[in-house]
Amino acid sequence: MFTTFVRIIKSGCISFWRNKWLSSSAVSMMSLAILGITSLLLVNVLINSLTANLEDKIDISVYFNLDTSEDEILDARVDLVKLNEVRSAEYVSTGEALNKFKDKHKDNSILMQSLDELGNNPLSASLNIKAQQASQYESIVSFFEQEKYNEIIDKINYLENKAVIARLTSITRSIRQIGLVILLVLAGLAVLVTFNTIRLTIYSSRREIKVMKLVGASNWFARGPFIIEGALYGVIAALVSLFILYPLLWYISPKITSYLPGTDLFYFFQANIIVLFLIQILVGVSLGTISSLVAIRRYLEV
Amino acid sequence: MIYFKKVSKAYPPNCLALDNINLTINDEEFVSIAGRSGAGKSTLIKLLIREELPSKGQILWGDQDIGKLHNRDIPFWRRQIGMIFQDFRLLPNKTAYENIAFAMEVGGCPKLEIEKSVPQLLKLVNLINKADNFPDQLSGGEQQRVAIARALAHRPKVLVADEPTGNLDLLNTWEIIKLLMKINELKTIVILSTHDRDIINGLDRRVITLEKGKIIKDDPKGKYILF
Repeated sequence: MFTTFVRIIKSGCISFWRNKWLSSSAVSMMSLAILGITSLLLVNVLINSLTANLEDKIDISVYFNLDTSEDEILDARVDLVKLNEVRSAEYVSTGEALNKFKDKHKDNSILMQSLDELGNNPLSASLNIKAQQASQYESIVSFFEQEKYNEIIDKINYLENKAVIARLTSITRSIRQIGLVILLVLAGLAVLVTFNTIRLTIYSSRREIKVMKLVGASNWFARGPFIIEGALYGVIAALVSLFILYPLLWYISPKITSYLPGTDLFYFFQANIIVLFLIQILVGVSLGTISSLVAIRRYLEV
Repeated sequence: MIYFKKVSKAYPPNCLALDNINLTINDEEFVSIAGRSGAGKSTLIKLLIREELPSKGQILWGDQDIGKLHNRDIPFWRRQIGMIFQDFRLLPNKTAYENIAFAMEVGGCPKLEIEKSVPQLLKLVNLINKADNFPDQLSGGEQQRVAIARALAHRPKVLVADEPTGNLDLLNTWEIIKLLMKINELKTIVILSTHDRDIINGLDRRVITLEKGKIIKDDPKGKYILF
């Protein structure tokens, strides 16, 4: 049993080497497929960070009446953050609001002048709230529609932003969906191309398979070397695509970062290189072995 | 002993390749099967090595029905038969040595035995100095001799040769036939299918003549009778 296994592996490796041209064409086809699938994964990472960026820009502010005490607001905040939908709720006191306002308009002398003339602080305290997902603002707003908050809340800027938020929500959702569809279609293409390449290599060996069977080889003994070859294609293709991807990302990543601040593909790649490589190997080996298994089936019936 | 019992083989839609064949081949016998192309020689051999199943009838090896072999037992049956083909059918990516070793490896033969037997077989067919050549580096006659060595590798009880000299010149033809006779002297049944009149007349052994799927003549010291 063990000798048979060793013989199958050895025979697969030898025939991989002796069929250099066929092997290299299969490996390059498969590298392209794996490269494609990995880049799609990376594009997905980009899309996610893009939509996350977009969603991060959405927030709502709840303004409180001027006479509301800080404790009341903080109590409301404690209740608020118990909601699953809330990602963050930042308290901006009246003083902070004033400082921000002054900072923002320090060049506008008329505004500054009128603020000075007013004497006291006209700005209300607020909570800046971010939700986990853009679609959840509606329910956060309804939290503040409870009766106990009626008296202390001045206004919620959700209604003003509602249209924008809805738009952004639908944009991010469709970007994700389109990305997923493209990913699936292209991955399917890559799989088909690889399968066909392997089918051709096995087709070119169909006489050999028949001879093996006629000489008394069992199905596994005839099939084994081809499956080993398929797996070898996968491993080598995974290595090749890794070696292509590394310098490519190193070169491209800074350019992407300048378009989409806050995303560093190269860093992501380096941080996840082992997982990515394992995925590539897994994709390659399973593509190679399964394609070989399926393609060889019809030639074994001798 | 091989026994064909009322064997017929039909190919769809309406070709009857073998028609009610009754035939006994005894141990240690050298049998030639003669007949024109299309007479049913190859079909007879395909049935024997279980490449195909008979439409009717039984093929018995001792008391074992070849047609009823389970799929997983077919390789074991084939290891009892050595096959030689007109087109040699060597594995193109393996050297002469490896082609012969392969036939032993499929049966799980230990490495030491392979290393001992293969050179012996190569000597038998006089090719020891071409052990590391690939098939496309060998002449037709040499390739066929490798194929014979491969067929003998697992010490078969039957050697089946389907037109083994069809692609060879006269000199190589006789070399192959002499080799087959030598193998038969070592108590192996040899079944030789051929349409070559000179071979059959020169052999002076049992000749079974097929025509249109039927045995028309079975002669213990036969001559070629077709024109």
